[in-house]
Amino acid sequence: MRNNKLICAPYTVWMTLFIIVPMGLVAFFAFTDRSGAFTLHNIAQVGQYSNVFLRSIWLGAIATAVSLLLGYPLAYIIARANPSRQSALVMLVMLPMWMNFLLRTYAWMTLLEDNGLLNALLTAVGLPRLHMINTAGAVVLGMVYNYIPYMILPLYSVLTKIDPSVIEAAQDLGADSKKVFLKVIFPMSMPGVISGVTMVFVPAVSTFIISKMLGGGGNLLIGDLIDMQFLGSAYNPNLGSAISLVLMVIILICMGIMNQFDDGEEVGGGMLL
Amino acid sequence: MLKPIITLKDIAVTLGGEQVLKNFNLTIGDGEFVTLLGPSGCGKTTVLRTIGGFITPDAGDVFFGEQKITDVPPHKRAVNTIFQKYALFPHLNVYENIAFGMRIKGKKEDEIRRTVNEMLHMVNLDGMARRGVGSLSGGQQQRVAIARALANEPKVLLLDEPLSALDLKLRKDMQSELKKIQQAVGITFVFVTHDQEEALSMSDTVVVMDKGQIQQIGTPIDVYNEPKNAFVADFIGESNILDGTMVEDYLVEVAGQRFKSLDSGFGTMAPVDVVIRPEDIDIVPTASSAAHVAGVVTSVTFKGVHYEIIVDVDGFKWMIQTTDSAKVGDRIGLALTPDDIHVMARSEYSGKFGDYSSFSEEMGMARLSSGKEADDA
Repeated sequence: MRNNKLICAPYTVWMTLFIIVPMGLVAFFAFTDRSGAFTLHNIAQVGQYSNVFLRSIWLGAIATAVSLLLGYPLAYIIARANPSRQSALVMLVMLPMWMNFLLRTYAWMTLLEDNGLLNALLTAVGLPRLHMINTAGAVVLGMVYNYIPYMILPLYSVLTKIDPSVIEAAQDLGADSKKVFLKVIFPMSMPGVISGVTMVFVPAVSTFIISKMLGGGGNLLIGDLIDMQFLGSAYNPNLGSAISLVLMVIILICMGIMNQFDDGEEVGGGMLL
Repeated sequence: MLKPIITLKDIAVTLGGEQVLKNFNLTIGDGEFVTLLGPSGCGKTTVLRTIGGFITPDAGDVFFGEQKITDVPPHKRAVNTIFQKYALFPHLNVYENIAFGMRIKGKKEDEIRRTVNEMLHMVNLDGMARRGVGSLSGGQQQRVAIARALANEPKVLLLDEPLSALDLKLRKDMQSELKKIQQAVGITFVFVTHDQEEALSMSDTVVVMDKGQIQQIGTPIDVYNEPKNAFVADFIGESNILDGTMVEDYLVEVAGQRFKSLDSGFGTMAPVDVVIRPEDIDIVPTASSAAHVAGVVTSVTFKGVHYEIIVDVDGFKWMIQTTDSAKVGDRIGLALTPDDIHVMARSEYSGKFGDYSSFSEEMGMARLSSGKEADDA
């Protein structure tokens, strides 16, 4: 046990320095004014941004749902492919992640612009131009594009672990392919769905680069709001901290609800072999 | 002859580029307990999966009664399978696992409850309905798998080495329990195993397979007492298999001696394989007139019920199982009676089995445990 503690020591120090302390500081700033005196004013002020919160959660939820709908079939196809092809397919999913996040999002700007590549293509085939940049749709597209690998990977790893004989057992007991999916494969992949949803929803809700680059001024998200309080014109770290704190609480509540759902699905926690 | 329920006709199956079954024919009677017995890789599981619908044969047809079901998918066959590793649904509890098939069929809730409770009672799992399947022991999971399959009221139950992951004691219990269940529900069981003892003690009919071919079909007593070739003789029980010559009907020459035999129809002076079971040989003094051959004891192993004695007779090592004791180095006589001598036609297996020259305790152990890789659940 002592050995264990020793091994854990660097991690404990790291956690304390870079996770616990900063979170304490955020909480401290959230509940103090510029002079350092205790106040609830910052928290109270957060209320006026409720529309931004709602928009963030709404767009984040749409992006998560789209990622799940697109990512699940792909993860399923990869998990069912023969083993030698699986690693190649997984690499293809990860490949965009090797490129810089800003660059990728910037690339979408040039594609979606009013005079961008897509519109050039549309006019070339004689179709009217579409206004795509600076819309909520563009923001969702950016979120899905950037975060979908985080949906696919956990789904893939859960789906590959499903024993093929369990699927055969379901067929054997009379289930056609639709029922096999609904009654066996999907419920058994719930842990992957939960972690995929978490890993897409959390960064999507709190993103600021995507909304800034693809959403223009009209699609302000919580991330942009916080960004403005620390680095922008509205400089007010205390308010920024308060918004961060509220965002964190909202995300925790969302995750709590989600995990509840997971527990309900998985009676007896039988994923262990 | 029982009314046939499953018929395989000229089945050919290729898996991963390898021809597993070729011109395979088998008829299974309604209500029979049939065991497919053979070493790993002999194609027995492939036969089972073909009946279950998980493999579509390249050629040939599968019949259920009179009806051709070659292209019928697994979920539409009146056949259920017990998988080797049980394949229970980990996200469902015991009750829901057993209810799965009935829910798919849209049975009424009170009927489901009644059947599940009946099944739980039959497999001795009363009171376990709400347990998660992950918390069950291997034996209990096995029982759930049996209950889950039988709740579907199949006409035929396919069992793919269902006992191989259980320990010896539990395996024995499950053997008699499975036999009891089969007699109680009165349906056809097709049981796959590599364990000859399991096959002999449970089956009505044993199908001995090797290399994708049926070597022999018969009752357990038939395949033990009248093996068709050296492979069957060796795979089922212990056998001394010697080269012999059928001098004429009812007279065989083996180990330099002529014996009266109960076998005929091999022609005159025909080379044959001769099987002598170790437990049929009696030890007599070398001077005795009953001694047909004599040899030197090279090893004696106490087996509890009997001794296992290896005797070197002019370079060929015989195995004898007897309650009489002997000491290593003793020169003893072996007495045989016509009943003990079983003559088989020569086959591709001739000369490959039946000499205990290389036999040692370790090899015996290795042979017993080979193929029984611990499929830890």
